[in-house]
Amino acid sequence: MARKISTTHTVVTTAAAWLVGFLIFFPILWMILASFKTELEAFTTPPSFLFFHWTLENYATVQERSDYLHHALNSLIIAGGSTLIALLIAVPAAWSMAFAPTKRTKDLLLWMLSTKMLPPVGVLVPIYLIFRDFGLLDSRFGLILVLCLGNLPIVVWMLFTYFKEIPKDILEAARMDGATIGKELIHVLTPMAVPGIASTLLLNFILAWNEAFWTLNLSTSEAAPLTVFIASYSSPEGLFWAKLSAASTLAIAPILILGWFSQRQLVRGLTFGAVK
Amino acid sequence: MATQQTQTLGRMLLAPAVVLLLIWMIVPLAMTIYFSLLSYNLLNPGMERFVGLENFEYFLTDPAFLASLRNTLVLVGSVLLITIVLGTLVALLLDQAIIGRSIVRLMVIAPFFVMPTVSALVWKNLLMHPVSGLFAWIMTSLGMQPIDWFAEYPLFSIILIVAWQWLPFAALILLTALQSLDEEQKEAALMDGAGAFSTFFYITLPHLARPITVVILIETIFLLTVFAEIFVTTGGGPGLQTTNIAFLIYSQALIQYDVGSASAGGLVAVVIANILAFFLVRIVGRNLEA
Repeated sequence: MARKISTTHTVVTTAAAWLVGFLIFFPILWMILASFKTELEAFTTPPSFLFFHWTLENYATVQERSDYLHHALNSLIIAGGSTLIALLIAVPAAWSMAFAPTKRTKDLLLWMLSTKMLPPVGVLVPIYLIFRDFGLLDSRFGLILVLCLGNLPIVVWMLFTYFKEIPKDILEAARMDGATIGKELIHVLTPMAVPGIASTLLLNFILAWNEAFWTLNLSTSEAAPLTVFIASYSSPEGLFWAKLSAASTLAIAPILILGWFSQRQLVRGLTFGAVK
Repeated sequence: MATQQTQTLGRMLLAPAVVLLLIWMIVPLAMTIYFSLLSYNLLNPGMERFVGLENFEYFLTDPAFLASLRNTLVLVGSVLLITIVLGTLVALLLDQAIIGRSIVRLMVIAPFFVMPTVSALVWKNLLMHPVSGLFAWIMTSLGMQPIDWFAEYPLFSIILIVAWQWLPFAALILLTALQSLDEEQKEAALMDGAGAFSTFFYITLPHLARPITVVILIETIFLLTVFAEIFVTTGGGPGLQTTNIAFLIYSQALIQYDVGSASAGGLVAVVIANILAFFLVRIVGRNLEA
């Protein structure tokens, strides 16, 4: 028997939930509002919430003055490139661990996760020096490499979690029917693996897009993605709040939308299927 | 059944990932160990010399180390505590019958997707600015003195920003776990006359134990290396009040160019992370079996 829920209860919890949601979302909303204000309005007190002179000027200035698109392109190339390469390496590995596990598979998985416990700062110096000597500082390729390797353990884990849930009976059945390994891969396994691969791609793209430690330390201008571009507003001469807000809004918009679409996969992916 | 053929194929498919991760782990680590034994400053190239464990002695006895260790632990601990306690409350609230739940869910999860440099700057300039930030205006309107957050409560300010970023993650994981909780069990308890509190402590909380350990594991991995939030707001200051280990090593390496001491610090960070990892990985390993 379903519990009867009183109307008052629903009204109260709904109001509370909306209040909590609004409070958590507020800093983002406030930033978006500021991006449409003039520099003066963004700065004055008392602050104006909705009744100000709405303008798109800041968005134009952000692109004009500091070439937002250049940095957005860097973000896209670095996040996309590192994710794709990581997938290329991780798909076969996760595949083999899920479908041909050995006694050591579990240890191997835990070892991979433990490399993620190696704090980036612990190896900052040698990576910086290697990059300097090989001319990789401030290069997109260098950042792709580092982010790819840094996220590889997580990618392997996520894929492993998804692949493990593909029922093995189907494979056996296909084999019984005389399917070759090639056919088995293309017609049986791939269609079932694609959703897992897509979720992993999405989540790692988000992680790589927002990654700030390596990008801040290994790039300055040429290869600098949006994380670094936004950080440049922290210098005293960069204190333009409305423009900072416009740049920030542009920097987070694509990833926020992607994230909203992938929130369900996020739970499974980032907790390695331990929570469903 | 895995045949001999698939076993061999399996190893071949696994090899690239394992080899790359081994290189990624061993080469920089070996170099860090090597540098940590040298007196090596990038400003004086060619002057490197072997000094044994001097860098470690220097790093570990530096008051900055103890301060940054303390800050690191306070930061990780507080953020974990805040996100898990508030995350549980938010999850419990969102688990109720509410109108427009999916929209509230989108608002709650949003901060997780904001890049750290953006959230740090927005909090610093638009909200916490002592003159024209929104908080200052609220406090003045209420007849109070506005707070200069980053000057008076620097570490707390950083904790606030980082907790805001990670609260959505905890809330979302815990909400998902709550939704998989067997409703009938809860109803049976309620019918037997259990109050809301005892239902929570005897049924809901045990059910959340596993997702909470997962949240602790994932958050710890990321929180130990919080960097951008400090880099763009306080730069580790005032004094050393917001310097965590990650930031301390960064400043020794790329501000003071002291490679030797930074490397020693890096190894100390690795050791600390591994002590934590030892426990955390075991918890996850146990979860894997189930």
